[in-house]
Amino acid sequence: MSEILTNTAARNIFYGGTAFFFVTFAALVAHSVTEVNAFSSQHPVSPSVAKGKEIWERHACIDCHTILGEGAYYAPELGNVWLRYGGRENPEGARAALKSWMQSQPSKIEGRRQMPHFAITDTELDTLVDFLKWTSEINTQNWPPKISG
Amino acid sequence: MLKYKSQHVALYYIVGALGLFLAQIIFGVVLGTIVVQPNFLAELIPFNIARMIHTNALIVWLLMGFFGCAYYLIPEEAERELHSPQLAIIQFWLFLAGGAAAVLGYLFGIHEGREFLEQPLWIKLAIVVVALMFLYNISMTVLKGRRTAITNVLLLGLWGVALFFLFALYNPANLILDKIFWWWVVHLWVEGVWELVMAAVLAFLMIKMTGIDREIVEKWLYVIISLTLFSGILGTGHHYYWIGTPAYWQWIGSVFSTIEVLPFFAIVLFTFMMVWKGGRTHNNRAALLWSLGCSVFAFFGAGVWGFLHTLSSINYYTHGTQITAAHGHLAFYGAYVMLNIALFTYAVPNLLQREPAHQLLNMWGFWLTSAGVLFMTFALTIAGVVQTHLQRVMGLSFMEVQEQLSLFYWLRLMGGVVTLLGVILILWSLLNPVVQHLRSTQAQRA
Repeated sequence: MSEILTNTAARNIFYGGTAFFFVTFAALVAHSVTEVNAFSSQHPVSPSVAKGKEIWERHACIDCHTILGEGAYYAPELGNVWLRYGGRENPEGARAALKSWMQSQPSKIEGRRQMPHFAITDTELDTLVDFLKWTSEINTQNWPPKISG
Repeated sequence: MLKYKSQHVALYYIVGALGLFLAQIIFGVVLGTIVVQPNFLAELIPFNIARMIHTNALIVWLLMGFFGCAYYLIPEEAERELHSPQLAIIQFWLFLAGGAAAVLGYLFGIHEGREFLEQPLWIKLAIVVVALMFLYNISMTVLKGRRTAITNVLLLGLWGVALFFLFALYNPANLILDKIFWWWVVHLWVEGVWELVMAAVLAFLMIKMTGIDREIVEKWLYVIISLTLFSGILGTGHHYYWIGTPAYWQWIGSVFSTIEVLPFFAIVLFTFMMVWKGGRTHNNRAALLWSLGCSVFAFFGAGVWGFLHTLSSINYYTHGTQITAAHGHLAFYGAYVMLNIALFTYAVPNLLQREPAHQLLNMWGFWLTSAGVLFMTFALTIAGVVQTHLQRVMGLSFMEVQEQLSLFYWLRLMGGVVTLLGVILILWSLLNPVVQHLRSTQAQRA
C-alpha cells in the first residue's frame, strides 16, 4: 500500500474530499430549505401553530410519541393523527375528540400505557391541535404507508 | 509508566463517566420495566422523563469519556504536559454540575422538549463554555507540541462536535426546518465527527498495544476517516426521506448511507490486521479485547443494523419502529461505549502506575454486557419486524400492535438486566483499583 498511497496523499484526499462532500451537502440542504419555504408560503406557520409547537415541546411529547417517525416509539405516531381522527372530513369533530382525549388522561387502566395529565389550558390545547393539523399537511412522500401511523 | 503528570486529569473524567454510565443503564432498566408494566412509576417518573434521563446520561458520559480520552492521549502524542491541568479539572466539575443540574431539572419537568436536546437553554450555553475550555486546553497543548495524524484527527473531530452542537441553539417554529437542522447535530455527530474521535482513539490504542509502525497506522486512519465522511455527510439524507424534504434525498440517502458500512468494515480489518501483524501480546489483554470488540460490534451495530433499514424503499415501512431502537442500542454500544471502555481499561493501570488489575473480571464484564446488549438487540429486531408487518402492512393500530410485542419486550428487559450486571462488573474492575490507590495515598499521608 505504501507505494500506491503516501500518507500525505491520504491526508490530502481526506481534506479535499471532505470539503467537497460538505459543500455538496450544504448546497442540497440550501435547496431543500427553499422548497420548504415554498411549501410554508402555501401552508403558513401561524402564530397559533408556532405556539402549539411550544406546547408540544413544553411537555416533551416526543419522548413518548413519534412525529413523522421520530421520537420514542412508546406511544402512537402523531404526524398524521389529525387525519386519523377524521380532521379532513370533519374538522370540528376531530378537534373536539383530540382535546377531550388529552384532557381525560391518565386513563389509570391497569396494564395500559399511561399518558400523564398535563396542565394545558383550553386555548393551549387548541394551538396544539393547530400544530398537529399543520404537521398533517406536510408532504411526507406518502409516509406512513397506513393511516395507523 | 505515566509519561506526563498532567495526564492524571483523565482520571476525573473516567470516574465521572463511569458513574453516569451506571445511571444511564439503571434508567434503561426502569424504562424496560415500564414498557412491560406500564403502571410502574407512572405517576412518579413518567416515561418521557425517564427516557430523556436515559438518553442524556448516555450522551453526557460518552462526551465526558471523550474528554478523558483526549486528556490522556494528547500529552503522549504531543510529547508535552497539558497546557493547563487546573483548567481541565475546573472544566470537569462544571460539566458534571451542568449534567447533574439538567437531570435534576428533568425530574421537575424543566426541559426544552426536543429529543436528545432537552437541556434548558442555559445548560446548552454552559455546555458550549465547557467545550471551549476543553478545546482551548487541548489545542494549545497540540500547537506547542508534536503534531501527529492522531492529534490532528482527534482535534478535528472534537472541534466538529462543538461546532455542530451550535445547531442545537436553532429551533425554528417550522417543524420541517427544525428537523432538517436537528439532524445536523444528531447525525453529523454520531455518523460524522464522533467517528473521527473513535478512529483516532483506536489508532492510538493500536500503536500502543501492537507495536505497529505509526506510519502504517496513520495511513489506515486517513483511509478510514475518508470513507467515514465521504459517505456519512451525504448519508444524512437517510433522515430526510419523510420529513417534508424533496424526494431526491431518497436516492442520495440510500446510496451514501449504504456506503457508510465501509468505514466500519475498514476499522475491523484495521484492528485485526494490526493485532495479527504486531504479533506482540500486550499485558493489558482486557484493553485489547475491548478494542477488537469495539470494531466488531460497531461494524454490526452501526454498519449492518444500520444498513438493514437505510434503503428508502425499506425505511418507508420500518421508519420509527422498534427496528430503529434495536439499531440505536447496538450501534451506540459497539461504537462509543466500547471505545470509551477500551481506553479506560488501557489507561487506568497506567494512570495509577501499576500493573493491570482485575483483568478476568473486566473481561467477564465485556462478555456479559455484550451478551446482554446483543440479546436486547435481537429481541427488539424481531419486535420491529413484527411491528412493521402488523402496523405498516396490515394497518393495525399502534396500541393493538404493541400488545402483540409484549413477549419481545420481556426478553428485552431480561437483556437489559444482564447488561446491568455486566456493567457492574466493568465498573468494579476499573474503579476498585482507583479506590485502593486513593486509600493507600491517604494512608501514606497519615
